[in-house]
Amino acid sequence: MGRYITQRTTWVIIVLLGVSAITFALLHLTPGDPAQILLGPIATPQELDHLRRELGLDRPLAIQYAIWLDHVARGDLGRSITLHRPVLGELLLRFRGTLILTAGAIIVAFGPGILLGVLAARRQGRFIDAVSMVVTVGGASIPAFWLGMILIIVFSVRLGWLPGTGMSSPSGPGTAGDVVTHLILPAVTLGMLPLAIVTRVARTGMIEALRGDYVRTARAKGVNELMVTMRHAFRNTLVGIVTVLGLEMGFLLAGAVYVETVFDWPGVGLMLVNSILTRDFPLVQGAVLLLAATYVIINLLTDLLYAYLDPRIRFE
Amino acid sequence: MADQLATSEVGRAAQSRYRPASRVIRRLRRNRLVIAGAVIVGAIAGIGLLAPALPLSAPNIPHFSHRLAPPLSFGYVLGSDQLGRDILSRLMWGTRTSLAVGVSAALLALGLGSALGILAAYYGGRVDNLLMRGIDILMGFPEILLAIAIVAALGPGLAHAMVAVTISNVPFYARGIRGAVLLLRSSEFVESARAAGATGARVILRHLLPNILAPMLVFVSLNIGWMITETAGLSFLGLGAQPPTPDWGTMLADGRGFITIASHVAAAPGLTIFLSVLGFNTLGEGLREVLDPRSR
Repeated sequence: MGRYITQRTTWVIIVLLGVSAITFALLHLTPGDPAQILLGPIATPQELDHLRRELGLDRPLAIQYAIWLDHVARGDLGRSITLHRPVLGELLLRFRGTLILTAGAIIVAFGPGILLGVLAARRQGRFIDAVSMVVTVGGASIPAFWLGMILIIVFSVRLGWLPGTGMSSPSGPGTAGDVVTHLILPAVTLGMLPLAIVTRVARTGMIEALRGDYVRTARAKGVNELMVTMRHAFRNTLVGIVTVLGLEMGFLLAGAVYVETVFDWPGVGLMLVNSILTRDFPLVQGAVLLLAATYVIINLLTDLLYAYLDPRIRFE
Repeated sequence: MADQLATSEVGRAAQSRYRPASRVIRRLRRNRLVIAGAVIVGAIAGIGLLAPALPLSAPNIPHFSHRLAPPLSFGYVLGSDQLGRDILSRLMWGTRTSLAVGVSAALLALGLGSALGILAAYYGGRVDNLLMRGIDILMGFPEILLAIAIVAALGPGLAHAMVAVTISNVPFYARGIRGAVLLLRSSEFVESARAAGATGARVILRHLLPNILAPMLVFVSLNIGWMITETAGLSFLGLGAQPPTPDWGTMLADGRGFITIASHVAAAPGLTIFLSVLGFNTLGEGLREVLDPRSR
C-alpha cells in the first residue's frame, strides 16, 4: 500500500503542475497586455510597470511561469480587480459554500441512490424498479440549471416550503438548521445526475452480485436475506460505487457553477462566473486553480479509498 | 419455436456473410431504444429545420405592449418573454443554433480526439506516452471547469463556447478511441497489411478507421447530449450565445429572471433541452446495444 500511495501522490504532483501551467497559460490566451488584464482598465502607467517587473512579463514564458508558481506556492494569487482585496482570502471565504453544497449533493446522490439501486435489484420488474428506471433516465438527461428553476417554482414560489435563494436568511439566525433548509433544493439539483448514475451502478452491481456463487452458498447455509443482501452482495458492489464518486467529483465541483448561479448560492462557482463577466482576471485564475486542485486531490483520495477496498488494485 | 429461431439465425448468419451492413441496419431498425431516440431527435431537428418555413414572427423583435403574455394567448402559442418576443419563434430559431453548435462541437471533438487516440495507440511508445500524459493533465480539470476557463480566456461568445466545449471533451474521445485501436493494433489484418508494406497512413485510414467507426458512433451519440447541455449551460451563464441571439441557454437565462411571475418563459427551452438530451442518450444506448459486441 505504501508504494502505491507514493506512486499515486507523485503522479498527482505532476498533474497539479500541469493544471497550474494551463491556468497560468489562460492569461496569455487572453488578447491584450497581461499587465493591463491583471490590473484592470484604471491602472496607472507606474502600476503597470511595477507589475510587469514583478511578474517578469518581459522575460521568457518559462521564467514567468516559475515566478507565478512561486507566488502561488506562497499563497499569493494576486489582487482582485473588482473587490480590491487579495484573491486567496476572497476565494477561501466562498470555498466553504461550495464544499457545503457539494457535500449536500453527495448525500443526495449516494444515500437514496444506493438504496434505490439495491431495492430495484432485489425487486426487478416491480414498481420500485420502474422508479429507479425513471430516476436513471430522467436524472441523466435533465440539465441542472433547469431542474433548479423547476424546484424553485414548485417548492419555493408555489408551495412556499423551502427557500430558493442564498445560503441563509438575510434576517435569520444563520444557524446550521437555517443553512440546511437553504441547502435542500440546491443539493437535490446538483445531486440529480450523480444520483442517476449511482442508482444505475448500484442496481447493475447488485444484480450481478446476487447471481454470484458466494450468494448461493450463503443462502444454502441458511443466512437470512437481509444479511445476504447487505453483507455478501452489497459489499461487492461498493468498489463500483466508490468509482462513481471519483468520476462524478468533477461534475459536483464544476456543476456547482450552474447551481450556485441558479440559487444565488455564495460559492466559488458563482464568484467565478461573476469574475469572468466583470473581467476580473486574477479572481478567474484563482478560482479555476482552486477548483481544479481540489478535484485532483479528491481524486487521489478516492483512488486510495478504492485501493483500500479492492486489494487487487494495490498489487497490480 | 426453437427450430424456427435456429433456422432464422442460420439464415441471418448466411446473409450476414455477404451483407453485414444490411444486417446492422436491420438490427438498428428493430431496436426499440434506437427508434425512440431517433424519433425524439428527429422531431427536435424538425423543429429547427421548419423555422424558416413557418409564418413565425421575427425572433428578436420586441413588442413591449405584449410582455410576458401567457401561453395560448392570441398570437403567442407559447407566450412571450420579458420583451414581448414570441417564445415559439425564439425556440424554433434557437433550436437551429443550439443543435448546430452542440452537434458541431461533438463532431469536432470526435475528429480531434480520434486523431490523437489513433496516433497514440498506433505508434505507441513515446508518442503514446507524451500524448496520453498531456490528456491526463487536461483531465485534471473537471470538464465543465475547463470549458469555462477557456471561455474566460477567449471571452464570452457562441463561437468561443463551441471551441471550449470541443477542447474540454477531446480528452474523453482520445482515451476511448485509443482503447478501441489498441484492441485492433495487434490483430492479424493489421499485421498483414504492415507486412505487405502498407504505410502508416494507409494502415490507419484503410484498415483501422473503418473498424473503429462503430465505437466512434456509439461514443459520439452517448456524448452529444452532454455536449448540448454544456453549450446551453455556458449560454445560460452568459458565457456563450449573447443576447439577442435566440438559443436554449440564453432563453433559460431570460426566464430565470421572471420565474416568480412568469414561469412559462423558462419552461419551453428547458423542456426542449431535456428532450433532446433524452433523445440522444436513448439513441446512444440503443446504438451501443446493437454495435458494441461487449454489451450484447
